[in-house]
Amino acid sequence: MATSLHSVNHALFKSASTSSLSPSPVFRLNSTTAGFNFKPLISSSSAIITRAAVSSSESGESHNRETFHGLCFVLKDNIDTDQIIPAEYGTLIPSIPEDREKLGSFALNGLPKLYSERFVVPGEMKSKYSVIIGGDNFGCGSSREHAPVCLGAAGAKAVVAESYARIFFRNCVATGEIFPLESEVRICDECKTGDVVTVEHKEDGSSLLINHTTRKEYKLKPLGDAGPVIDAGGIFAYARKAGMIPASSSG
Amino acid sequence: MASSVISSSPFVCKSSKKDLGFSSFTKSSQISIHRCQKKSISRKIVSVMAPQKDRSPGTTGSVKTGMTMTEKILARAAEKSLVVPGDNIWVNVDVLMTHDVCGPGAFGIFKREFGEKAKVWDPEKIVVIPDHYIFTADKRANRNVDIMREHCKEQNIKYFYDITDLGNFKANPDYKGVCHVALAQEGHCRPGEVLLGTDSHTCTAGAFGQFATGIGNTDAGFVLGTGKILLKVPPTMRFILDGEMPSYLQAKDLILQIIGEISVAGATYKTMEFSGTCIESLSMEERMTLCNMVVEAGGKNGVIPPDATTLNYVENRTSVPFEPVYSDGNASFVAEYRFDVSKLEPVVAKPHSPDNRALARECKDVKIDRVYIGSCTGGKTEDFMAAAKLFHAAGKKVKVPTFLVPATQKVWMDVYALPVPGSGGKTCAQIFEEAGCDTPASPSCGACLGGPADTYARLNEPQVCVSTTNRNFPGRMGHKEGQIYLASPYTAAASALTGRVTDPREFLQ
Repeated sequence: MATSLHSVNHALFKSASTSSLSPSPVFRLNSTTAGFNFKPLISSSSAIITRAAVSSSESGESHNRETFHGLCFVLKDNIDTDQIIPAEYGTLIPSIPEDREKLGSFALNGLPKLYSERFVVPGEMKSKYSVIIGGDNFGCGSSREHAPVCLGAAGAKAVVAESYARIFFRNCVATGEIFPLESEVRICDECKTGDVVTVEHKEDGSSLLINHTTRKEYKLKPLGDAGPVIDAGGIFAYARKAGMIPASSSG
Repeated sequence: MASSVISSSPFVCKSSKKDLGFSSFTKSSQISIHRCQKKSISRKIVSVMAPQKDRSPGTTGSVKTGMTMTEKILARAAEKSLVVPGDNIWVNVDVLMTHDVCGPGAFGIFKREFGEKAKVWDPEKIVVIPDHYIFTADKRANRNVDIMREHCKEQNIKYFYDITDLGNFKANPDYKGVCHVALAQEGHCRPGEVLLGTDSHTCTAGAFGQFATGIGNTDAGFVLGTGKILLKVPPTMRFILDGEMPSYLQAKDLILQIIGEISVAGATYKTMEFSGTCIESLSMEERMTLCNMVVEAGGKNGVIPPDATTLNYVENRTSVPFEPVYSDGNASFVAEYRFDVSKLEPVVAKPHSPDNRALARECKDVKIDRVYIGSCTGGKTEDFMAAAKLFHAAGKKVKVPTFLVPATQKVWMDVYALPVPGSGGKTCAQIFEEAGCDTPASPSCGACLGGPADTYARLNEPQVCVSTTNRNFPGRMGHKEGQIYLASPYTAAASALTGRVTDPREFLQ
């Protein structure tokens, strides 16, 4: 399936940092409150936390992508946004903390019966699974950000899919809620829900998924153009770094 | 397999992922460039780029600088003279649309990032259209419309199609209904512009020859503050549809045919550009139906070259100047598909995927429990006229509950006021009543996406439904085991009359 990730496009940095656009990229806005709240990729509850700071990627920009361990939850192809979070929960507003938490408790509620495991046990607010493994066209359907938000709110750290639908991928990148990674093979056919996995980031910008249960390793694709935005912490942090919007000031 | 209905095999230009858009055409390609038949030039157009005549790339002396429509729109919006697929550019936004589901989140992020006292980049370029969860007792849904009212008041948003009296939609003069249909009807869709919306079916507006695509709350919050967005230029896939449209075929059949051909990820990250003599013969509403489901093929945006039909529609609804653009004769396309429309047959998308295509006549043994006619895809005036026309031709009553949800107030009024051609002056509403359909409901997105439990026509049981909507993944209209067959209004009406999935030719020939 067609993928969106190419090797890092240096034009990205060029177009963002030079003043090739008029008027001036700095916009006069009123003072901002606290800056973008990028959720650090720290594994939750029972898993071991390992932080590995990688010093540089092929783009020349340094990034600090954290490695983490946890249980994986395996899905197949064409998991659409209504399966990730049924539309009836669309009345919850992701930017309100209590609503966001509720969204997390409903994550992947829309999955049909053939998925016997529940991603979030009814009555609980968070999932015990840290990594979601998917097939092709993950996140197809709606542009509603509730989809990546509910997964992040439930405690998932990353999705590793064979390919993504563009709006969902874009929303993962913009929000920083969950790390979207792309596999080179159909990992979803070789992993089972409950396998213990590690997602590790390497110095060349690529990543690795290690399945400790099956003792297999899978190389994951580099983040490509989305990398700088993800590393910055989402679209707002990226835009501040690039000088497109003023840096946030407290107070 | 339905591939036999395509008279010439799909002509596909294969290109490697590395050189998308970079002169990927081979010399052996037989491309007949679509020529726009523009009969008149309006004074409102500032300047027009004429479509290129048939010329081989070698003679133009500018092989590498030809751009597709989408590339041109984005280049202009990024204030660049040239862009190629793969470029990441900051683009100026002409219109940002949001609704009751995503508006509160988008504004919430806007305030969090730009400050509680921040002002939107341009209060006249934001259109707020409550439409998703309106006629419900769900308190959170109602709260969301109230939240949007507060934001719009505070920010002086010019276009807020508000609703306060949920018991009687007609008592709300500003309320419109389904956002994508309202955008067009209110004149917010203009050729050459960049339109973003917090809804996947924002691609509908590509019918007007503009770049239109769906974004999430965070991106929308960013646009609210800056009027700009970071976009990657997509490569363009061409779909040339020629031939005369059969009387029983509709745009819904065309797009289901195409999605069945290329799959739900066949156009991921790409533009789908539609042209050809058949496209030229389509009305604006039919073109909207076509572009509406581009997202169901994974497409980033859909686009149709503007012509006299487009200009006539747009100029009657807006006085904002606009500037259409057209693909260059030497533009690069990453793939091309050709269809002889005269050979196509009505199709459906079987459960549970929009690309699970089948001929309607081959599904005639599928018993159904209900029919739903509505949504941005199939709830416009012409969609109801088509259904009414078939009901009238048949002269029978429906065998299953048939739910009708006009997309907007205007559509609802048309259903009750406009005479259906060939019926001796009857309105759609009269014909629907005689056929035993449910009374047309309050205009909104309705049950297309399920919604709160008390949503009219929601699928609350594991039933089989033929629907003119856009997605049929598990649980889409409510119940996880519900089975949804996506179809054209003609096919939906025919199926209602027989209680089975039915080819409309049973009643229309």
